[in-house]
Amino acid sequence: MAYKRFALLQGNEACVEGAIAAGMRFYSGYPITPSTEIAENSAVRLPQVGGKFIQMEDEIGGIAAAIGASVAGVKAMTATSGPGFSLKQENIGYAAMAEIPLVVVDVQRSGPSTGLPTSPSQGDVMQTRWGTHGDHPIIVVSPSSVQETYNLTVRAFNLSEKYHTPVILMMDEIVGHLREGVELIPAEELEIVNREWWPERERARHPYRMEPGQLVPKMTPFGGGVGYNITGLSHDGEGFPTNSNEKTAELMNRLFDKINKNLDDIVTYEEQNLDDAEIAVVTFGGAARSVMGAIDKARSMGMKVGMFRPITVWPFPEEQVRALAKKVKHILVVEHNNGQLVLEVERLAGGSCPVSLLGRMDGSVIKPDEIVEKLKEVSK
Amino acid sequence: MSRQELRLTGSGGQGVVLATVILAEAGYLAKKAVAQSQSYGPEARGGMCKAEVVISDDVIHYTKVEHATFLLALTQEALNKYLPDITPDAVVMIDSSLDLPETGLEGHQVYQVPILQTAIEKVGRAQTGNIVAVAAINAVLHLAPDDILEEAVKMHIPKGTEELNMKALAEGKKLIH
Amino acid sequence: MPSELVYQYFRQAKLPHIWCPGCGHGILMKDVVTAVDNLGLDRGKVCIVSGIGCSSRAAGYMDFDTIHTTHGRAIAFATGIKLANPELTVIVITGDGDASAIGGNHLIHACRRNIDLTVVVFNNNIYGMTGGQYSPTTPTGDFGTTAPYGNIDNSFDLPDLARSAGATYTGRGTAFHVPQTIKLIENGIKNKGLSLIDCMSVCPTYYGRKNKKGSAVDMMKWQRDNAVDYKKAQTMTEEELKGKLIIGEMYHKEMPEYTAEYQKLIERVGGAK
Repeated sequence: MAYKRFALLQGNEACVEGAIAAGMRFYSGYPITPSTEIAENSAVRLPQVGGKFIQMEDEIGGIAAAIGASVAGVKAMTATSGPGFSLKQENIGYAAMAEIPLVVVDVQRSGPSTGLPTSPSQGDVMQTRWGTHGDHPIIVVSPSSVQETYNLTVRAFNLSEKYHTPVILMMDEIVGHLREGVELIPAEELEIVNREWWPERERARHPYRMEPGQLVPKMTPFGGGVGYNITGLSHDGEGFPTNSNEKTAELMNRLFDKINKNLDDIVTYEEQNLDDAEIAVVTFGGAARSVMGAIDKARSMGMKVGMFRPITVWPFPEEQVRALAKKVKHILVVEHNNGQLVLEVERLAGGSCPVSLLGRMDGSVIKPDEIVEKLKEVSK
Repeated sequence: MSRQELRLTGSGGQGVVLATVILAEAGYLAKKAVAQSQSYGPEARGGMCKAEVVISDDVIHYTKVEHATFLLALTQEALNKYLPDITPDAVVMIDSSLDLPETGLEGHQVYQVPILQTAIEKVGRAQTGNIVAVAAINAVLHLAPDDILEEAVKMHIPKGTEELNMKALAEGKKLIH
Repeated sequence: MPSELVYQYFRQAKLPHIWCPGCGHGILMKDVVTAVDNLGLDRGKVCIVSGIGCSSRAAGYMDFDTIHTTHGRAIAFATGIKLANPELTVIVITGDGDASAIGGNHLIHACRRNIDLTVVVFNNNIYGMTGGQYSPTTPTGDFGTTAPYGNIDNSFDLPDLARSAGATYTGRGTAFHVPQTIKLIENGIKNKGLSLIDCMSVCPTYYGRKNKKGSAVDMMKWQRDNAVDYKKAQTMTEEELKGKLIIGEMYHKEMPEYTAEYQKLIERVGGAK
């Protein structure tokens, strides 16, 4: 049963609806709290729209089958949390290297190890960026409301198809298990990006061979009668393994360029109350809800406080944070971890203004009052 | 109506999570901003259970309860734990089977109502205690009109249990005068 | 003079292959394309999925849609490809370590689902790519660089493992028994369900040298002289079968196939277009 256009849904449910609107027709995964509702809802909803759901034998199989489905031309997603996200890392690297569109949802929970399975955390910030071995580009987006979960899931699919890369939807338990009103904007009213491939078979046989100015491969779904090769080994323009340093450099540089030369398209962020702000709070995902609550209170006390929220966490909005550090007197980073995003903010502030952290790793949600207290402290 | 922060507490199996979902749904259908959340995990299986809903006419920023403006307690343990964390003018609803604490209720509007007993004796099914509670809460807080509350209940109960749950709603409403 | 099939089904620019002189994998790879050719399949609808290791380099030489995946995960990738597009003939080329050690979980669960994949194991009883470590199919007592005092592990009988996990077609071929092996692969592809063909390769470089098995030719002769057909083996005593290699078709049973069952599910819930 499809929902009405306006519905009260959990973040995890909205994720599935967004995915289906974006064209997801394949989900493979393994049950793990607090992301399980994504699997459960996919199991219900996908066959209703002619799509496929499969519960795989483990987390690794979950991502591997999703990559396989994507190779066959079907938009695919997998979702996980905590230990499961660790297990998925190798194949995230594979999808980055082989340039396979894929959406991986990570509903963060407290770690390390089994940690606090049902409690919120934002401790995967650096793992989403660097979890798989080796240098690799990645796109990570993070929603802070149920509505944004819906919209960003669509965007995650669009970015993955446009740039032929895995995109991580970094959620957290706060948003994943939050029920809020959401408008399920129908697919016809959304911008949906679909894969492109070369019409000519001879050209299509070399999807990794770039034309001048081209940075993203065009790959025909398997079964299209083309006959080309995909590998996670360093490969040449023909898609075959190579040991050449020159060809490897060419490949790796292009993988980074396709992201770094399109930052204007990829990087999104939200600014609130920054016009006259003396203190900027940098936060993301579910923590932003605590921060917004705190800003309401701080503003009512006459404090000039605003919020900068990266929606695209990776690539990080570098230019914007550099400029922000020059504009405000202090930056406070609020995140449910022991200080991960703050490292990036400090690097970019480069001494332009002091940067403080309000972190948390006990599995509880930071309260607005605690942020207000910290704001008072740093404004002294 | 400004921001209301409702915290419903009891033990796992009493349906307090569903009660907050229904209240959130009713608020949403009544065009209010709502945010519902709950504690999961071992707590949801027999231990203490807590679920929350924030209802407001304005956009909701912070989605959790900071200091409850309304507390429902269905077990003594939950009452003792959550009573200290309420606003000075909070409304407190306590099941009649519980002992009232000596301190902590001063200055509060307190409703001592036989929710669990009503579910068993009047409705005829212990599991409907949460629906009885939902009706009683709505009768006190006026979150949504009765027909909208009915609609919200119907959206979240198993097919075939409508009659029973509508009876639970009616009996719950009667508890508040 | 290479056969016509080599021109027809292999990527000429990628040959010669990287396998050692005397390796059995080249023979087995050609067995796979011969089976595809014999069945007259539309090659545009045939996908080759491989994992990591010597065996899995085969994908790069074969002129189909080919994907060389991560270690142990070929069957999981293939599950996604097949379920996403059941029209495709999906052949997994994997090794003994890839399929039954690091990928063992995917193997047994693909068998359990009876999803229509044909798993061709190039079984050389050793990890070749990393230089000769013992694998789950290295016989007990044999040597590898990580079994310097003799392997004390018991080994897997892969067709037996697959059958007990739910595969509906199993058999064993060898690098020597070319026509029989081709037939087994053909039957495996024809079977609507999970088929596993355990193809005994020869690895003179590592397994052979470590275990004093002689040259590649000696190892092929050993396969010729010690192979016993599965049906005949049923009539022999344990004593008589000692040191023998049982080959041939071992199991075939028609059972509901996963992607077909999923299609029925879609129709049942009204999702069919």
